[in-house]
Amino acid sequence: MLYQDLQSTNLVEVCMALTVVSQIFPREMIPAVLPLIEDKLQHSKEIIRRKAVLALYKFHLIAPNQVQHIHIKFRKALCDRDVGVMAASLHIYLRMIKENSSGYKDLTGSFVTILKQVVGGKLPVDFNYHSVPAPWLQIQLLRILGLLGKDDQRTSELMYDVLDESLRRAELNHNVTYAILFECVHTVYSIYPKSELLEKAAKCIGKFVLSPKINLKYLGLKALTYVIQQDPTLALQHQMTIIECLDHPDPIIKRETLELLYRITNAQNVTVIVQKMLEYLHQSKEEYVIVNLVGKIAELAEKYAPDNAWFIQTMNAVFSVGGDVMHPDIPNNFLRLLAEGFDDETEDQQLRLYAVQSYLTLLDMENVFYPQRFLQVMSWVLGEYSYLLDKETPAEVIAKLYKLLMNDSVSSETKTWLIAAVTKLTPQAHSSDTVERLIHEFTISLDTCMRQHAFELKHLHENVELMKSLLPVDRSCEDLAVDASLSFLDGFVAEGLSQGAAPYKPHHQRQEEKLSQEKVLNFEPYGLSFSSSGFTGRQSPAGISLGSDISGNSAETGLKETNSLKLEGIKKLWGKEGYLPKKESKTGDESGALPIPQESIMENVDQAITKKDQSQVLTQSKEEKEKQLLASSLFVGLGSESTVNLLGKADTVSHKFRRKSKVKEAKSGETTSTHNMTCSSFSSLSNVAYEDDYYLNTLHDRGDKELKTFSLNSELLDSESLTELPLVEKFSNCSLSTPSLFADNSMEIFHPPQSTAASVAKESSLASPFLEETTEYIHSNAMEICNNETISVSSYKIWKDDCLLMVWSVTNKSGLELKSANLEIFPVENFKVTEQPGCCLPVTEAESTRSFQYSVQIEKPFTEEILSGFISYHMMDTHSAQLEFSVNLSLLDFIRPLKISSEDFGKLWLSFANDVKQNVKMSESQAALPSALKTLQQKLRLHIIEIIGNEGLLACQLLPSIPCLLHCRVYADVLALWFRSSCSTLPDYLLYQCQKVMEGS
Amino acid sequence: MIKFFLMVNKQGQTRLSKYYEHVDINKRTLLETEVIKSCLSRSNEQCSFIEYKDFKLIYRQYAALFIVVGVNDTENEMAIYEFIHNFVEVLDEYFSRVEPIDELPKICSALEPQQACFSPDSSFKGAASTTPIY
Repeated sequence: MLYQDLQSTNLVEVCMALTVVSQIFPREMIPAVLPLIEDKLQHSKEIIRRKAVLALYKFHLIAPNQVQHIHIKFRKALCDRDVGVMAASLHIYLRMIKENSSGYKDLTGSFVTILKQVVGGKLPVDFNYHSVPAPWLQIQLLRILGLLGKDDQRTSELMYDVLDESLRRAELNHNVTYAILFECVHTVYSIYPKSELLEKAAKCIGKFVLSPKINLKYLGLKALTYVIQQDPTLALQHQMTIIECLDHPDPIIKRETLELLYRITNAQNVTVIVQKMLEYLHQSKEEYVIVNLVGKIAELAEKYAPDNAWFIQTMNAVFSVGGDVMHPDIPNNFLRLLAEGFDDETEDQQLRLYAVQSYLTLLDMENVFYPQRFLQVMSWVLGEYSYLLDKETPAEVIAKLYKLLMNDSVSSETKTWLIAAVTKLTPQAHSSDTVERLIHEFTISLDTCMRQHAFELKHLHENVELMKSLLPVDRSCEDLAVDASLSFLDGFVAEGLSQGAAPYKPHHQRQEEKLSQEKVLNFEPYGLSFSSSGFTGRQSPAGISLGSDISGNSAETGLKETNSLKLEGIKKLWGKEGYLPKKESKTGDESGALPIPQESIMENVDQAITKKDQSQVLTQSKEEKEKQLLASSLFVGLGSESTVNLLGKADTVSHKFRRKSKVKEAKSGETTSTHNMTCSSFSSLSNVAYEDDYYLNTLHDRGDKELKTFSLNSELLDSESLTELPLVEKFSNCSLSTPSLFADNSMEIFHPPQSTAASVAKESSLASPFLEETTEYIHSNAMEICNNETISVSSYKIWKDDCLLMVWSVTNKSGLELKSANLEIFPVENFKVTEQPGCCLPVTEAESTRSFQYSVQIEKPFTEEILSGFISYHMMDTHSAQLEFSVNLSLLDFIRPLKISSEDFGKLWLSFANDVKQNVKMSESQAALPSALKTLQQKLRLHIIEIIGNEGLLACQLLPSIPCLLHCRVYADVLALWFRSSCSTLPDYLLYQCQKVMEGS
Repeated sequence: MIKFFLMVNKQGQTRLSKYYEHVDINKRTLLETEVIKSCLSRSNEQCSFIEYKDFKLIYRQYAALFIVVGVNDTENEMAIYEFIHNFVEVLDEYFSRVEPIDELPKICSALEPQQACFSPDSSFKGAASTTPIY
């Protein structure tokens, strides 16, 4: 139907069809109509052209890969003589430039010219809205320019004039001109700065903010929020307005103001701003607002906290309000901060002590309910750091925790946190009735997880010495070496097996079985309660019974088991997903680079404010004075940063609570010092580089520190030798074995004395000289793909460094001469196939073999494609025949190892935008990272750059030269894969291949 | 980017709705009631932009009729605000002599079967709108 309509000569029908296409259209059907719609781009009617462009825009949104080839036609649409078509094409450009601005820099001139024409009123009058020429078109263009000119001086220079013009023209006092102005200001502050323009834009913002119209005020605040990230001094100019907005009756305005304040927070004004935010937080009920605001407060508190007490109290407020809706990173980060500490050990202890004290007072209060997350944080802190208390004994703390444990409103997850805290405290409390009571209470608990913990505690409690060594005080940050294979349980497993226990099945296998037969026992609770622990991913028949039978084991086994469990529990805190180095990249010793001598400027600001105070003091009412006071506390320290603002948006924030990265101190001493130097020069560029290095350093150092138990196989790093050897061996095996097979069969009726494979082998060494050079590359076994009574065709792949070489060898089985044998390949969309020279022998003699070589290049990624063609030949000059064949090509045929250094990996990693993450279950044979990576290396031809602890870096490229990076990380039996590439589809395809490999082996 | 376009009367009945991103039918009703509730709770002194979950609502009232547009964070609120007015002006022009303006719902319900040809994109020549026109 649609198809017919699109081909119709009736304008209305085509119009309708195009509209429908752009409204509802299944992705799979795009190729069917695409050529038709492309044709419509040349239609004589502008409305058809416009609708065709919009339909293509829709296609671009849902399947960008399918319209890639018509980008050039969009350019035509951009230059269309009809304004409507041009405007429609801007949507596509805005989208594409957002994704990759560097590819469209050459169009900047065109956009500037268009904007100039629009602003100059060159458009037909019916594009005017309230006598403003095409305002929405202007906005669209301004946005595009902003994206193009970002951090690019040359491109930005092209647009200064037109922006100036836009600012000047938009004088008319109508709402829509304000909309344009807003966009203009946004663009001016996005592109490479020019002081003149900045000044004008800043003046414009004044118009907004001071306007009595509430909508404009809102817009002004929004603009200001954006602008002060580049130039904080602007906030000073408008401080009184900001203060007024802070008390505005409209909560939306208030919210926007807080957003603004959040951007100008520094160490001096943090208390006031956070207080304002907390006030707002207490009033709001909407979950989304709470989550958002709580995150911001936590971030500010962490960055700028002036002292311990304030920090802990703010975080308490955050936890009690944010409760269970907040982002899980917040409590995790907070705990890590406490655990890892800062530079100063005594200060750390004070902070911890203060936290413990404040939690104890909070717990003392009757009839107060805290969110579960808060209780979890409390129980961890109390468990770890109660030893710092002088007055209260661990027993008293345990008593408090016990009270919570008996509380019905506490969730079972929190209870496990609580009981873990009690376990940690027990060795410190010499004898405690509470613990005994607790054990008694929970060993009969219905909750299996709790029962498990209670049993652990019970057995530990019986052996105090062991318990003390197991649960040392203040060691939460130290890593323990874990025997991930749990080999110490092998004896137990063997015993169990010999007594007839069922062999262990991994989790996924069990799930599959469960799916296949519904009524199978449900093992879920175990899987859940030990989440990441060793139970699920291991080979042990005890998987089911271990929980309660731990006592039946020898004491040692049981205890060690607990040990590893405990560790898992603690580890979990630091985030399964948590990508540690990345998160830390903003912290670290950057603050060391922050120039401090700016206090004088700050004082100046203060003085200026107080002076103003004095001069106006006579006329001011008391209320105003308060506002002034608030202003001075809010905007203190803003002037100081003005030295930084023009030099890019580098995050030069000093973290009050610097995380001590004790890991890296030893190793990267020299690098840090150079970092400091580069940082202090404040070029944004060097900052970027710095972050790169930093990221790598941390990665590196973590690796050094963590789990040295993995012995790296050095040959692992040598990719080629490994993969090549077995293949070559196989090949020769194959060529050896087949002839003998033939001999046995004694099938002399068929002439070939040699099998095809053998002949290939022979030929590769004898017949054609250029094949010799190819043997140094890895190649696949020859496979017969088709034959008839006269010829047989076999093919094999040679994976050359720069392309895939397909070799078809045609063996003439007949005793007659073959003339003009020819091989032709059908064209395929995804490939470029070129014939290699030197294989055009006109005659194939009897019983001989000749080969055709084609190099295959890939045009765009795919999973699997079929390359087909046919052989035509003449026999005895008369009889001509054809034989068709096809070969499967997989993406892997075009993947080559990419040998780069870790540094390059880091840089590339940051520069790639397309990423894909996925967790993959590993089979038991590859439970450890090195073996898993080895599989990837062998099967997918990835290059292993480095293995660091439980993380690995790999790289490969898709021919001709699309790089793809892979970061792997292992938890228990799960391999977290993280791909990045410059090509948007490649990661998906590679991930698919990885999954196949990991599951297959 | 525009996520949806709503015309709702003061009683909370939806007269016209157009979604540019897929939303389940049953979720639409819920969303529409919440949206109109938050619009009705605003006074004239308050601004016409509301933050709602992770997107923004921009609304304009014409007599008993609200036109609400949901946009994402990157959109220029004022541009959309004026765009609504442009939409209404075009409606007015298109069905000339339709007065008073609160009869708009009738037009809209009459329009509904042909919504496809009357989505904000095709009718706006002058606007060359900022919408993700499909």
